[in-house]
Amino acid sequence: MSRIPSPMSRRKGDDIASRPWRGRVRDYDLFKELTIGVVVVGLLVLGLSAIFSSPDDPGVTLKSWAAAAPSDFVATATAELGGTSGTAGYGPPYNSTPDASQHLGFFNPQELSGVRLPVDTANDFVINPLKTLPTPPAALATWSAATADQQTKWTADYTTALSAAPNGDPARVANGNYGPVPALTSALLGMANSGNLDGVLQNSGQPYNLDYTPTILFLGDGNYFPDLATTAHLTGDQWGVMNETGNTPGQSWLWLFSLLYQIEPYKSSPNADILVVATMLVLSLLLTLLPFIPGLRSIPRKIPVHRLIWKDYYGKR
Amino acid sequence: MLELMSQAPSPITPGTYFGWGDVMIQSGNLVVIIAMLVLFVLALVLPFPGGRSRK
Amino acid sequence: MSTVKESSPDPEVAGTGAYTWTGKSRQWFLRHLPPDKLLPEDQPSYVATWAYVFGMGAVAGLVFIIGSGVVLSLNGPQWYHVSSLGHFTNSVHLWSVELFFMFMVVHLWIKFWMAAWRGGRLLTWITGMVAFLVSIVTAFTGYLLQTNFDSQWIAFEAKDALNAVGIGAWFNVANLGQIFMWHIMLLPLAVGAVVALHVVLVRAHGVVPPLDAAGTDAQLRDSNGTSPEPEANQP
Repeated sequence: MSRIPSPMSRRKGDDIASRPWRGRVRDYDLFKELTIGVVVVGLLVLGLSAIFSSPDDPGVTLKSWAAAAPSDFVATATAELGGTSGTAGYGPPYNSTPDASQHLGFFNPQELSGVRLPVDTANDFVINPLKTLPTPPAALATWSAATADQQTKWTADYTTALSAAPNGDPARVANGNYGPVPALTSALLGMANSGNLDGVLQNSGQPYNLDYTPTILFLGDGNYFPDLATTAHLTGDQWGVMNETGNTPGQSWLWLFSLLYQIEPYKSSPNADILVVATMLVLSLLLTLLPFIPGLRSIPRKIPVHRLIWKDYYGKR
Repeated sequence: MLELMSQAPSPITPGTYFGWGDVMIQSGNLVVIIAMLVLFVLALVLPFPGGRSRK
Repeated sequence: MSTVKESSPDPEVAGTGAYTWTGKSRQWFLRHLPPDKLLPEDQPSYVATWAYVFGMGAVAGLVFIIGSGVVLSLNGPQWYHVSSLGHFTNSVHLWSVELFFMFMVVHLWIKFWMAAWRGGRLLTWITGMVAFLVSIVTAFTGYLLQTNFDSQWIAFEAKDALNAVGIGAWFNVANLGQIFMWHIMLLPLAVGAVVALHVVLVRAHGVVPPLDAAGTDAQLRDSNGTSPEPEANQP
């Protein structure tokens, strides 16, 4: 004895939905309709482009950062030297900071992926770029000769002093023993101001380099770049995932992805990203497999919006 | 060079946003979403020009 | 004296079916999608409603996305910053993407309320959803190619989601070269293939009839005014 598939089932049975339509037809010119569609959409697209154009807010360079917010630049450079910046404590794929990675219970794909894009913030962002200068600062030798503990103490003390200084201005820092750190960060600021640092950090010694990882990470470790994003309503807690700069629509189809970051348990979780991604994957899978889900697939029958869609058909039965 | 410079004027355009409680939506996105809802409703209610019917 | 062995009858001539992979595939395709189903000159009467234009609207949007995308690729990623024609082409690309998604989502809403997966159309629903999801990823990679402030920030934020699930090193959003290949070649091919499959499936299965359509409906009666055989019960 076999079952008759439910009317909402996706299975091919012997009902009207499964059979080719043998009823009334109307004339239809597929290519003509496609042409009309392309013309109409084309007019819409060209019209919208002519009227509203598209945004193109200029990118941030290390040079523009150094010019606009030198104190922030110096403070960030200090954190990179001291290994206390966001990037330095990120974990995989950049480095192996313990307990830094996100996880779902026991599942820790970030840790599993390993350190595949190694970034040593002190050397990659500060020391090695300074070494490329025609006359590298003498402070470099002082730094390399010191122990790791000494380096940590210098950078920590300088960070504290900078935040205590009026406006974080390195020129008005209290006297103290900061070792070569002020000289190194000042030299780096000089490199940034001349535009030199952008090229050195970006190309990593190669003539062709399309990998912008060091620059993006360095920019993000400061305050200037993220503050610009806040101005533009692009941060996570501003539904930033959906947004574009200015008033041009962004990716409104990412509304649910953005929404999850605004609500608990995602909002205050240290594992927010993996939680949100997992949730979205599950929901997408559910929607894709909707025809298999008994309660959900019956909603169109229970809430008869189809009576409106096919009102002409039902009216002429 | 290290004297404090005032923040350069931001090159970023902030845009117009509407907020209700935790919800914050950009004007452009709001227009797009409303347009989609309008299109959906219109598709259900607008009469369709009749074509030639054949059996 | 040689004897000529009688050859086995040619299956094509005898009409018993093809005997090669190619022939069998051809027969399968022709059975499921004969030319007059692929390119018909009529449609069921119930398709006379505005609800059905959105799928085609999305495809039309895709035509402009690809066209403007080709022009942008040929001129390189910096072109639109320095050329007014380039900027206009960039705008065309952006707005055709917005319209593409608008039409596609309204199409999805309507197909849900039609329960369009009925009658063996499961794969049509699934390919439609996959097209949606792959398009979202494609659009995301596009935003990363803007080479301006927005793309820098998106790269900085998106890396967290990808790193958290362990793929950040292989899908490095800060690596322009890598993302370029995803956006202009790999993903458009995927979108194109899935959309083509989706459209072919719609042509093969036909547009889903109304919910509760019954054999006694006027539109299903033949010209003699008699109904076709009533809905058969499963044996």
